[in-house]
Amino acid sequence: MNNIANAFKHGKAFIAFLTAGDPTIEKTEEFILEAVRGGADLIEIGIPFSDPIAEGIVIQEADIRALRSGTTPDKIFAMVARLRKKTDVPLVFMSYVNPLFHYGFDAFFAKCAEVGIDGVILPDVPYEEKEEIRETAEKHGVAVISMIAPTSEQRIAEIAKNASGFMYVVSSLGVTGVRSEIQTDLPAILDVVRRSSDIPAAVGFGISTPEQARKISQCCDGVIVGSAIVRIIAQYGEAAGPKVYEYVKSMVNAINNYQLILFPPNCSRGADSGIMRKNIM
Amino acid sequence: MGNTRYGVFGGQYIPETLMNEMLRLEANYEHFKNDPAFTAELDQLNREYSGRPSLLYFAKKMSEDLGGARIYLKREDLNHTGSHKINNALGQCLLAQKMGKTRVIAETGAGQHGVATATAAAFLGLECEIFMGKEDTQRQALNVYRMKLLGARVHPVTSGTMTLKDAVNETFREWTTRVADTHYVLGSVMGPHPFPMIVRDFQSVISREARQQVLDVEGKLPTLVAACVGGGSNAMGMFYHFLQDDVQLVGCEAAGEGVDTDRTAASIARGKPGIFHGMKSYFCQDENGQIAPVYSISAGLDYPGIGPEHAWLHDSGRAKYLPVTDEEAVRAFEYLARTEGIICAIESAHAVAYVQKIAPTMKRDDVILVCLSGRGDKDVASIAKYRGEVLHE
Repeated sequence: MNNIANAFKHGKAFIAFLTAGDPTIEKTEEFILEAVRGGADLIEIGIPFSDPIAEGIVIQEADIRALRSGTTPDKIFAMVARLRKKTDVPLVFMSYVNPLFHYGFDAFFAKCAEVGIDGVILPDVPYEEKEEIRETAEKHGVAVISMIAPTSEQRIAEIAKNASGFMYVVSSLGVTGVRSEIQTDLPAILDVVRRSSDIPAAVGFGISTPEQARKISQCCDGVIVGSAIVRIIAQYGEAAGPKVYEYVKSMVNAINNYQLILFPPNCSRGADSGIMRKNIM
Repeated sequence: MGNTRYGVFGGQYIPETLMNEMLRLEANYEHFKNDPAFTAELDQLNREYSGRPSLLYFAKKMSEDLGGARIYLKREDLNHTGSHKINNALGQCLLAQKMGKTRVIAETGAGQHGVATATAAAFLGLECEIFMGKEDTQRQALNVYRMKLLGARVHPVTSGTMTLKDAVNETFREWTTRVADTHYVLGSVMGPHPFPMIVRDFQSVISREARQQVLDVEGKLPTLVAACVGGGSNAMGMFYHFLQDDVQLVGCEAAGEGVDTDRTAASIARGKPGIFHGMKSYFCQDENGQIAPVYSISAGLDYPGIGPEHAWLHDSGRAKYLPVTDEEAVRAFEYLARTEGIICAIESAHAVAYVQKIAPTMKRDDVILVCLSGRGDKDVASIAKYRGEVLHE
């Protein structure tokens, strides 16, 4: 069984994203450990790319800082190898396909397996293009995580049926970034996912506050937060470690305490597993 | 869904948010391109609004001066708005209107595609927003104002290198934010399928006309067809109806200060296969697959990639792609002005520069056909600057 499933074993998963090498690769290692200490169930490690077309300005700027600090795939692999001596937390890469293509898919996924990366998320590889990498990735035991968007409509069922790792449900139109309001009918989308697959579904894009996370988590298996964490790192730089820990902890508490209070009527699977949540610090 | 590729190149490497729109676009395009009412309306617009067919001009003085092949210029510079970009802009804006879209967005480099899109949008009553690298808004200030006159909003893009590639990034980002009522009028034979096919088809009017025009005056096909290549839309339009013929096809890439320097935009000469902007093709990139900053004196060729069908024509050997430097292009720009009285776009001057080199090596009964993709008014100030002169308006 892929390690990713462990992220969803103990109730709602909190998935934290940060960009590798922002501000330095050593600090990224520290921030990841802080996020894990704060209760993060899965970490998405962004491989910086020069032209991240699915990202809003916060992560675009993180990518620029990371590239300026000399971050390369090999330096990220080395960091992951060091991390793996300290934590078993599921780790996935989030990147654009060109750095992987350039590295060579087989070499890249072999290296992922060697250092302990459990999956990859590639926002510029939709379902139609996934085959090109899926076989190679699976050969090395790395899951290729699929995305579903508010515009996916009739595509949801087929994508979900063929998904591995977890289902990344994009909450809103547009690019990554903090949003004050999320208007998509997520329960309807998640309902189709559930009727098509047993795979856990996590929602990302635009989530930043504990209130948003609590609300969204009621109808899914996990929430993904990126820009809000990257913004903390941008603000506090090398001193961001304790702030990342505090923030992650507040978000983890928010998504795991609600179920003791209410069972939302429109969430078929959300309520049954949450109370079993592992003890949080 | 039909075949999305040219050999191994092409594909649809874009966020899931846009995939249904790609499917809808392809379905609508397949429907309307076979709809006689749509094609008749577009033909009429091309004729009565753009001024097609564009002229085929025998460059007599240039041919005599160079002393080799007979040289013909396909005068896309004489189209309404001054370049071949109007062929695609009218086609896509009309398609967008038929699809029920009320708003179009587009990237632009030199500003020619932005002006063409703003023009078509004004004419067809569509809201229009143009994304243009901040550096390009400065070197093509005249075109920015033209777009504003035409009722478009122009957004200077300040991310990345602030040029064409960043304008494409930003237009894709905008499209994922608002897709239901909005069509992205992609300006070149690039991006995810079906764009390379749609843009090629709308631009192929160039070679459909030119092939017949050359046959009419010469009684035979040209020996060689040349066009400048950035993303490659005028070249693809110029090559398309010659693909099955025994005719040499040459694309002229922007070498900038030279392909042995880092100040270049020659994707075939300097690039490697990669995946970016929705397509697998050749891209200028570093040793880690980061897209490289590129440079050319021509804002319209200042792009780190090339359309996937060109990548395939290169790999299969059907077409050749050769680099032309800034200096060669500027000299050709000046040469054509003096010799034929035609001030062409600095983009098109890259093809003219190649013709200057190759024509003298060819025989008197050889025929060269070159696409003069645009007119050069927009470039006058930057050429003056290149030559060390300062213009005051």
